Amino acid sequence: MRLRRRNWRKVIEMPPINGFMPFGKQIKTQTEPVLLLVEEYEALKLCDYDGLNHHQAAELMNISRSTFTRIYTSVRQKLAKAFVEGRTISIGGGKIYFDSNWYYCKTCKCHFNDQNHNIEITECALCGSKNIEAKEDSEQSDIQEEAEYCYCIRCGHKIAKRRGQLRSQSICADCNIEL
Amino acid sequence: MKVAITSTGNSLDSKLDQRFGRCAYFVIYDTETKATEYFPNPNKDAPDGAGPASVQFIASRKVSKVVSGDFGIKVKPLLENLQIQMITLKNQEKTIGEIIEMLNH
Repeated sequence: MRLRRRNWRKVIEMPPINGFMPFGKQIKTQTEPVLLLVEEYEALKLCDYDGLNHHQAAELMNISRSTFTRIYTSVRQKLAKAFVEGRTISIGGGKIYFDSNWYYCKTCKCHFNDQNHNIEITECALCGSKNIEAKEDSEQSDIQEEAEYCYCIRCGHKIAKRRGQLRSQSICADCNIEL
Repeated sequence: MKVAITSTGNSLDSKLDQRFGRCAYFVIYDTETKATEYFPNPNKDAPDGAGPASVQFIASRKVSKVVSGDFGIKVKPLLENLQIQMITLKNQEKTIGEIIEMLNH
């Protein structure tokens, strides 16, 4: 039987580190590390660090509430396993994309995102230098094209509809009202 | 094009505020007319929801870029929906004057 295709999970930022190492006397060096997916790290961060409930966190990650709970259960199991068995935790992988493409300017040391996905960024938004680099993992950060849009009732302003997001949560940029 | 910068004070010598929602002042700089406006942040001492309220505050002034130290988890998706570009600068010693100079490249 074929498994159902996984939905893309939205991640706000990559974790600042790649993993954790245990320390102490009884470390078995030969044990396999516990692989924590980036989406699992994000679920843990949203829930326990930022203090959101599963509903809000699922909306931010653009997945259903039940999927979020499944990811969250899995991360707790993995962390408990790593703690109890004294294993290394390594974070990476997962079916994720970023909410926007972030760039880093080497001249003025700033990070910036692109507000319009259609225009290619060639220079820094702040100092105008060409010395920039994309700050993302190229393999995993595919953004899916979505055909649906929300329209502003007053001016017709168009915003791409996102999965898991209610229409009333989008605000029109021009008239500042709900779509 | 208008750029909003979060500031700790209301002069060109003030430093960039590392927070977005609870910054002391918003400096709105117009790159065409070279005019700067200072707005005290009404949400500075808000118990919660300072980020989204600040987004509404700057969105109503039609800015297209925001410079700050960091953006919170509620603010990022909002700004992205409004197509406002976020620029984060971790250097705490930068003054508003220097940032405006950089914007005039």
